[in-house]
Parts: sequence; structure tokens; C-alpha cells
Amino acid sequence: MRDLTNEILELIRRTSSSLPPDVEKRLRASIEKEEPGSAARGALETILKNIDLSRANSTPICQDTGTPIFYVHYPVGWSTIKLKGQIRSAMAEATKRSYMRPNAVDAIYDKNTGNNLGGDDFPYIHFEETEGDDLVIELMLKGGGCENVGRQYSLPDNSIGAGRDLAGVRKVVLDAVQKAQGQGCAPGILGVAIGGDRGSSYIKSKEVLFSEMGTRNEDPKLAELEERLTNEANQMGIGPMGFGGKTTVLDTKITGLSRLPASYFVSVSYMCWAYRRRKMTVKGGEVIYD
Amino acid sequence: MKQITTPISDEVIRELKVGDAVNLSGTMVTGRDAAHKWMIETFIKKTRQPQGDDLQVYEELKKLLNGSVIYHCGPVVAGLDTKEYKFIAAGPTTSIREEPYQADVMKHFNVKGVIGKGGMGAKTLKGCEETPGVYLHAIGGAASFLAQTVVKVHGVFKLDFGVPEAMWVIEVREFPVVVTMDSHGGSQHAVVDEASKKVLDDLLAQPY
Repeated sequence: MRDLTNEILELIRRTSSSLPPDVEKRLRASIEKEEPGSAARGALETILKNIDLSRANSTPICQDTGTPIFYVHYPVGWSTIKLKGQIRSAMAEATKRSYMRPNAVDAIYDKNTGNNLGGDDFPYIHFEETEGDDLVIELMLKGGGCENVGRQYSLPDNSIGAGRDLAGVRKVVLDAVQKAQGQGCAPGILGVAIGGDRGSSYIKSKEVLFSEMGTRNEDPKLAELEERLTNEANQMGIGPMGFGGKTTVLDTKITGLSRLPASYFVSVSYMCWAYRRRKMTVKGGEVIYD
Repeated sequence: MKQITTPISDEVIRELKVGDAVNLSGTMVTGRDAAHKWMIETFIKKTRQPQGDDLQVYEELKKLLNGSVIYHCGPVVAGLDTKEYKFIAAGPTTSIREEPYQADVMKHFNVKGVIGKGGMGAKTLKGCEETPGVYLHAIGGAASFLAQTVVKVHGVFKLDFGVPEAMWVIEVREFPVVVTMDSHGGSQHAVVDEASKKVLDDLLAQPY
């Protein structure tokens, strides 16, 4: 089995320093919606300068290089033990090279490990065996500021009159956006999971964030709700950084999963504008980056 | 665009109003969750005994923070092996986590400005009126861009907190911020929060 440590290191470098083009495009388009001379517009202009600078210098877009979330789709025959070892080596090296900030802190003893390796769970790695021939590694870096404003609701939620249906889902998602204000580094992207248990629901709300901007759910009911939520969130006037303005949410992605008859969870993962996600594909002898 | 250099006088602070864009220059100190908890417990509420170099750092901080600025930031720093430190990425972190501590730290050390993102609450706003001081909003996530305004790293305290949580003493040149909380009770965050809550209530009242 091939050693991919260096290729994974390159994936980390790209993810941390080069924002995906679909995200950048949305940010550029949103500038025109904000008043010339406003703080909101100024924020977006600085954000775009920062995107160019980070890409040119291979420096982190955001100093909070976040929780590294890896999804590995591997064909039959690959060893997940070895892949995990290579991902962890690459992560430690990426930290040495300042592509990543040392971000793993022991929660009991408050000690930063200094190399982004914390116990067995940091970085977070999900393995999925696939039927194809290509190995695909996806990486998302999700900062703490936006992670902190994520919310989970157990419906019904009487405080805002949210029942156990899509009307209730709409209400709690809008509530989450209002409560987040600018603290998750707006403009944000919403990942929403309906159903599951508390754990699976939150995980799915992040998994949907691996899809491209503008990708709509195949179910027309959910696709319509995705569009509607983005539109309504932007009516709240929170704006970039919470300065006030028209651009609060860039996109919404919703997924559903099975639930117990007793439970109806809605999980909202808020992704900051520094929506760092990249992919590498090992195709035969070749490694392709998106 | 106003140009302000640390240390900052009360007079300059009182002139600042919500919405003012400022380019800040001079020396400032980074400090976030661990640093604020440590300052409050060890020197302000004194619920914890000073340990190690605590008292020595305290004396240094009193001089550095007097009239100066605390920056809520956990930077990416190169040169950790050689101690020739360089800021690589240094945007603001979310400030609201320091809400329990900030006003007391401002008053104790005579801190004139707090830089962060997301804004702070009523207790800090009162601290801004009393100190007097201001809350200065930097652009969250603009880390490579803001690191370029850090022209020198003078040194670091409490590196045992870890790189992000340590207190870095830095020299900045034209660091761009917006005043979002002033010393006259004005808060852009309170205004946006209230206005967005009204829209939310209207949206929630609409049928699906």
C-alpha cells in the first residue's frame, strides 16, 4: 500500500490556505449587495483580500484552523490503520510548517499537545469502504467560533412554537441564525440535519457541508426549504460580522435521517465564511486535488 | 479613517463613537480565555495563589496594559524553536466568552481598548463607560491579512497556556478595526440584535 503522508500534507496545506472557488464566488457576488462605504462592505472587502493573500503565501486563511474533519472513502484492500497513521503524521508536520495552529487541548488538564494530535479522536477521521477503485480523502476545517454557535433543538419547542414538521424546522433554524448574530463569522453556511439521535444528527449536519455551494437536496420539499431559509435569514439584517447588512447566510443545506418515534431533533451546524473544505483523489498512480 | 497609537488617552477614547473606522498602531497584548481567567483569579479576585513567574508577569502587564489594548487572538506563530517569533495568521477570536471577566480586567489594568469579534454584552459596555474604553471589532477570519500588520513580536508571557492562549506582546502598524461599542453606552451589537429579533418574530408569525 502506498504511503500518502506527503500527499495528505498537501491536502492540509490547500485546505487551510486556499478557499474553494465556489465559496469565493459567492462572497464576491455578495459585495455588490452591501452599501458602498458601509462596515459590512468593508468587512467583505477585507475578507477577499485575505483570501488572495492566504492563497499566495500558503498561510492559514483563519488562525483558528479548527477541528480537522477527514472523510476517507477507500476501496477494498486499503488499510485504515495505516491511513490513519499517515493522516496523523501529516497533521503533525502541517502544524510544524504553520499550515495549522496547534489546536488539540486536553479538556481535563488544559494542556495543548502542540501538534494537533489529541488522543484517538483528534483529528476526527471517518472511514467508509466504497465499491469503486479510487481512494478519496475529503477534509474540512471547522473553526471554534462557528462551532460554538451551532444549536440542537428537540421538537416540539414551545418557546418559539415549533412543532414536529418542516414548519417547525424552519422556525428553529431561523432562531439559530438570530441567536448566532455575527459570532460565527457571518456570512455563514447552514448545515441542517432533521432526525437521528443527538449524536448522529449533529454529525449529519456537518456531513452535508461537504457538498458544493448551491447543491440542492433531491427532495423538492427540502430544496425549497433550503432556498427559503437562506432568503429569510438574509432578511434579518445581521450582515457580515454582525455589523448589520444584507449578507448573513450564503447557503443552506438540509438532510433528513431516520428518527425514533419519540424524538425529533433538528441540528444546525453553522459554518463560517472561511468554509475550508478540499478533496484529494488517488486514481491509480495519480493524485488529483480538486 | 482615524489613526490612533497606543497608549491612548481618555480624551481620545471619549471622542470615539460606534461606527468609527480606526487604524491602530503601537504595542498591544493578546489575551483570551486562559489569560482572562488567570488574571481574574490570581490578581483581581485573588482566589488563586500566584505561582511560578505569575507576580513577575503581573508587574510587566501592569506597565504594558496601562492605556493600551488587549487583543482577543490565538495566533499561528512561526519560529517557536528559535524564539524568533513571527505571526503567520492572527485574526480575532469570539469575544463574548470573556464577558464575565472583561470589565474587571479593563478597570484593573486601565485597558483602553479591547479588540475581538462578535461584540460583547452589557457588563463590558458598562466597563467601557467607566474605564473609559472601547470595543474594537476586527474582521473575523482575516488572519493572513491582519498578521501583516504585526510588524514585531516583542515577546510572550505564559507560553505554558499553549500558543493560542499565551499572552503575546506585539507591535502593530495600522491594524484596521471598527468601533462597535463606545464609552457613551453605544453598542452596534445591541442595535443589530434587537432589530433582527423583531424581523425574526415577524417571520415566525408567518404561515408555512
